[in-house]
Amino acid sequence: MKGMLNRKLIAVAAGLMMVAALPVAGLAADTIKIGVAGPHSGDLASYGLPSVNAAKLVVEKINAAGGIDGKMIELLIEDTVCKPEVATNTATKLVSDGAQIVLGGICSGATKAALPIYNNAGILVMSPSATNPALTQSGDYPNFFRTIAPDDAQAQVDVDFALNKLGYTKIAVVHDKGDYGKGFAEFAKKFLEDSGKAEVVLFEGVTPGAVDYSAIVQKIKKSGAEAVMFGGYHPEASKIISMMKKKRLDTTFISDDGVKDQTFIKVAGEDAEGAYASGPMDTSSNPLSKQAVQEHKDMFSADPGAFYENAYSAMLAMTNAVALAGSTDLAALKKVLQTEKTDTPIGAISFDEKGDAIGVGFSVYQVQDGVFVELK
Amino acid sequence: MDYFIELLFSGLTRGAIYALIALGYTMVYGIIGLINFAHGEIYMIGAFTSFIVATILSILGFPALAIIVLAGLAAVIWSASYGYTIEKVAYKPLRHAPRLSPLISAIGMSIFLQNYVLLAQTSDFLPFPELIPDFLFMEPVAHIVGSTDLVILLTTTIVMILLTLLIKYTKIGKAMRATAQDRTMAMLVGINVNRIISVTFIIGSSLAAIGGLLIASHIGQINFYIGFIAGIKAFTAAVLGGIGSIPGAVLGSVVLGLTESFATGYVSSDYEDVFAFSLLVLILIFRPSGLLGKVDTQKV
Repeated sequence: MKGMLNRKLIAVAAGLMMVAALPVAGLAADTIKIGVAGPHSGDLASYGLPSVNAAKLVVEKINAAGGIDGKMIELLIEDTVCKPEVATNTATKLVSDGAQIVLGGICSGATKAALPIYNNAGILVMSPSATNPALTQSGDYPNFFRTIAPDDAQAQVDVDFALNKLGYTKIAVVHDKGDYGKGFAEFAKKFLEDSGKAEVVLFEGVTPGAVDYSAIVQKIKKSGAEAVMFGGYHPEASKIISMMKKKRLDTTFISDDGVKDQTFIKVAGEDAEGAYASGPMDTSSNPLSKQAVQEHKDMFSADPGAFYENAYSAMLAMTNAVALAGSTDLAALKKVLQTEKTDTPIGAISFDEKGDAIGVGFSVYQVQDGVFVELK
Repeated sequence: MDYFIELLFSGLTRGAIYALIALGYTMVYGIIGLINFAHGEIYMIGAFTSFIVATILSILGFPALAIIVLAGLAAVIWSASYGYTIEKVAYKPLRHAPRLSPLISAIGMSIFLQNYVLLAQTSDFLPFPELIPDFLFMEPVAHIVGSTDLVILLTTTIVMILLTLLIKYTKIGKAMRATAQDRTMAMLVGINVNRIISVTFIIGSSLAAIGGLLIASHIGQINFYIGFIAGIKAFTAAVLGGIGSIPGAVLGSVVLGLTESFATGYVSSDYEDVFAFSLLVLILIFRPSGLLGKVDTQKV
């Protein structure tokens, strides 16, 4: 009997809550709805959840200050699991729920699948982490922006550095046959050839884990290259650079983000001295960056995760654009994003006509006395 | 011409490296007909042991030669005890089981040892100290063959000669050959077969440990996974030369090393493995038991 009563009470309470919820939804019509799409579960959740935290922090701050033009911001958080087939469903749901702008697409593949749906609905999408070059460069997705540099940007940075700063004309490009390393190497080769200033004297992949790299080192020597551009990760890089020193070869070594790791210096020791590697620009001294990290620590009592600052910056750029444009109309937002700079943790950014952030990107670092030093 | 000589020595060094590991594979196979997949891990444990000992000794300020000898000795003893124990734990209870069972057991042992070192030590790459100093007299040719390369080449040659002498002319070598030919018969004439098998594992593991020390010093870094890739290549070399045959293992290793080196030098390192394994396929088609293998081999 008692159980029955409880159940009735719950039913009544639930009914009352539903009635109570209705007027709130009615009032909420005058809010700005921002969708947050990304992997919030599954094995890539660690890439997606920091963006959710960033969105919550920015929105809380804006709403506490009275919203944008008096309108409160409402977040619609949806999981894509980084799977293209789920991401399209997520996109459809966000569109039908009335999202006006979207933060996300964490993984390039899932982002690419969902973009046409957002584009048809005229919704601005900004990703903190999708680095596939085609997303912006193909021109297929006029509604897409991002606050991270595309994959080919660091190849461009390295090539510019080798050609213009170091003045090399003969360069050997070597990679580890992996997606990341080979992708970097192919872009480097393309940019070198397109520049017309340098010759790619060697383009080859090595087998990761091999017991000896002397044959490829001899080949680099024979090619007469002034610099080796290596695409891949630090274990192979340190083996190759050590073998080069053993074979008395003083060719300059230039590499990528996968090598800009303290382990590279630890393992290669003195052989690493003078080597170059590109990596994301150091923004940790930016006061806005410090502030964003501190807000995260205060709220969640943990250090922020991957792409947190990129997501935080994307939220600031989008909300700022909405405030300046006075609407969420795609054309108006695009115009503001491309012309107005926003101060964000990753610097004062605006966007080029393709959607890539200007002023966000990579720097070249050099190993000096056992640490990577950013070269300005 | 210079380029050819450079590639030749690069291939010989690679071959010598493979040979140090391949000898252990081939010896065990010759005696008990088992492909000891955990052999690569013994090599890895040898590298880790010499790393730890060499680090401690260099902190204590020992001279370079003493460090190499003591680290090598420690690695040999430690790896040999691992080899001995593995045989007792994982292979001996399966001696009369179907041939597939010890093979699976070997794969299990290999995975176990990798993960054991991963958990007990680290998943990171460790910088291995350069134990072999640059000899002054090698400086004019250092761009072709370095001091470490020279030591590896010499060690492999000496080890191969000693091993051949051991098997041909000593009592234990005779007992090994007898066990390899017919285990039951060897037992009947009073050979302690279990002891012979243990000795084989100890010798094979010791060679792997020496290999671990030299190769790690050559590459300059170690982690728990190095045994797997080196083991696969060395196993290929042993099969190429004729598994079960000691000169075959060395010949197979040198042929494999040279093939890889010349493929890299004259074609492209993208095709290094393509050439290496095409060669293996070709040789196995025309000589199914490998270059120097016995023709009657019919095992897994």
